[in-house]
Amino acid sequence: MSTATSAPSALAPLHSQTIAELSARLVRGELSAVELTKAVIERTRAVEPQVKAFNSFDEADALAQAAASDVRRAAGEALGPLDGIPIGLKDVIAVRDQPLTASSRMLANFVSPYDATVTERLKNAGAVLWGRLNLDEFAMGSSTENSATQTTRNPWDLACVPGGSSGGSAAAVAAGQAIATLGSDTGGSIRQPAAFCGVVGLKPSYGLVSRYGLIAFASSLDQIGPFTRTVEDAALLLQAIAGHDARDSTSFNTQIPDYRAALAQAGKPSAWKLGVPKEYFGEGIDAEVSAAVERAIEFYRAQGCEIVEVSLPHTRYCLDVYYVLATAEASSNLARYDGIRYGHRAQGASDIVDLYFKSRAEGFGEEVKRRIILGTYVLSSGYYDAYYLRAQKVRRLVTQDFLNAYAKVDALITPTVPAPAFKVGAKADPLALYLCDIYTIGANLAGLPAISLPCGFTAGGLPIGLQLIGQPFGEAALLRIAQAYETAHDWHRRVPAL
Amino acid sequence: MPEEIDIDRVAQLARIALTPEEKEKFSRQLGDVLTHIHQLEQVDVSGVEPMSHAQPLANVWQADEPRPGLPLEDVLRNAPAHRSGMISVPKIID
Repeated sequence: MSTATSAPSALAPLHSQTIAELSARLVRGELSAVELTKAVIERTRAVEPQVKAFNSFDEADALAQAAASDVRRAAGEALGPLDGIPIGLKDVIAVRDQPLTASSRMLANFVSPYDATVTERLKNAGAVLWGRLNLDEFAMGSSTENSATQTTRNPWDLACVPGGSSGGSAAAVAAGQAIATLGSDTGGSIRQPAAFCGVVGLKPSYGLVSRYGLIAFASSLDQIGPFTRTVEDAALLLQAIAGHDARDSTSFNTQIPDYRAALAQAGKPSAWKLGVPKEYFGEGIDAEVSAAVERAIEFYRAQGCEIVEVSLPHTRYCLDVYYVLATAEASSNLARYDGIRYGHRAQGASDIVDLYFKSRAEGFGEEVKRRIILGTYVLSSGYYDAYYLRAQKVRRLVTQDFLNAYAKVDALITPTVPAPAFKVGAKADPLALYLCDIYTIGANLAGLPAISLPCGFTAGGLPIGLQLIGQPFGEAALLRIAQAYETAHDWHRRVPAL
Repeated sequence: MPEEIDIDRVAQLARIALTPEEKEKFSRQLGDVLTHIHQLEQVDVSGVEPMSHAQPLANVWQADEPRPGLPLEDVLRNAPAHRSGMISVPKIID
């Protein structure tokens, strides 16, 4: 069992500092990007045998990017707060000439022929792109146990899962193997692992961040977002990746505010109304999680926020809607993996149809097959109306619940996950694992921004996550509300004893 | 009673060869999941428009202008088999 230590920031090793701190030191010339990147590489080498966060990393490539950053800075051409900062990417985000596996045998040998939009934007911001982070295969899962590569471990307790699907992205930030990372969130895949690993995880509004170059799971739900140590860092990383992109037709053309400046504006908690959805505090919630979230609510109340009980009456249907729609979309998206143009191709097929059947049987893991089968079933003739169409209608009712609540409140406050991280292998039944996502799915169905931030630890030393769900494209307000909690607490300053 | 799904038909539609063990296991597990999903029948959805995504967008148009695609060598780099600049596949027509 790990014991937490509280590390004052100035004395913290480089690998556990924040983007804001490190970028200030880079600006002052106290630190070079190469020194910082070497420190992150050293840390990664030291703890990776235990944590197993990475599918791969390329030290020479990272050091070359860092050297280029130092040259820019010396020439007075530094690109902003991310210049020279090592940032890891979930292995579903394309980086030209780097592997892109989705933690699947299907893509074991795939090399990206182009950059995702977020990758391009991070490169333009000068970030040092560092490593390909593990996930549940094709982002389907809540623990990284569905990875064909390895199971990532929770840095706070190596016997526990880091959550998923972006488990590698969360664990790497918690363990100091990257300063920040990107993940993707379809039903909670950023926020749930952020909660399990004691870091900040933000799922932006649907359409805020381009999905071009993200391996698709469920296209109407997927969003890319940051994992960081602080809310301010989440604002910095979001700033770099948000914004309209003509290559993603669901990218929304909206004015992007200055998120960090929004944080600097004096927040007035007495003007905030926070909604507590009663359906999120029912049976099945762990007592320590519930108590920690209640204390967070009391904190906001003590700051002068108005706390309002609200009802999201269709909450109990979210999981069902999600598993119909996400698997239906996945069955369609994953039809492209047929062994023809790229990906695994089976040997010894008798004809081309046999080649499809065998390549997909060999290339996909069990959970991916299970979800493709379910998705194919709910879309098949005779069942489409009963399942898919009905789920789409209930999705609208779920969304309407949130919009009704936002007529009364600025944001919703909930636990991120009903319970802390569980032991590797503890949830063998798919349905039990699906229930991990009950508090996170609603924001995906309704397209809302939502953030998880640390709000305490269990007696056993596992992190607990607080979720704040904001209004559509209300990231600036959401970050400000989150930061008000963070600055008054030091949970985010704790680091696991690895 | 868990819902029975015709696993052979669905696997055929999904183009995945399943082993007998997978068929048995998936049928059982998906029956449980579908039982849970049947909760949706309790919801009154009369008059509710289906929602396909959370964006206030309908059609997104782009100018119909030619643009360069991926260079051939980038496309072929990930192809399982290729010949003379083309991806090769098993024989389709006798």
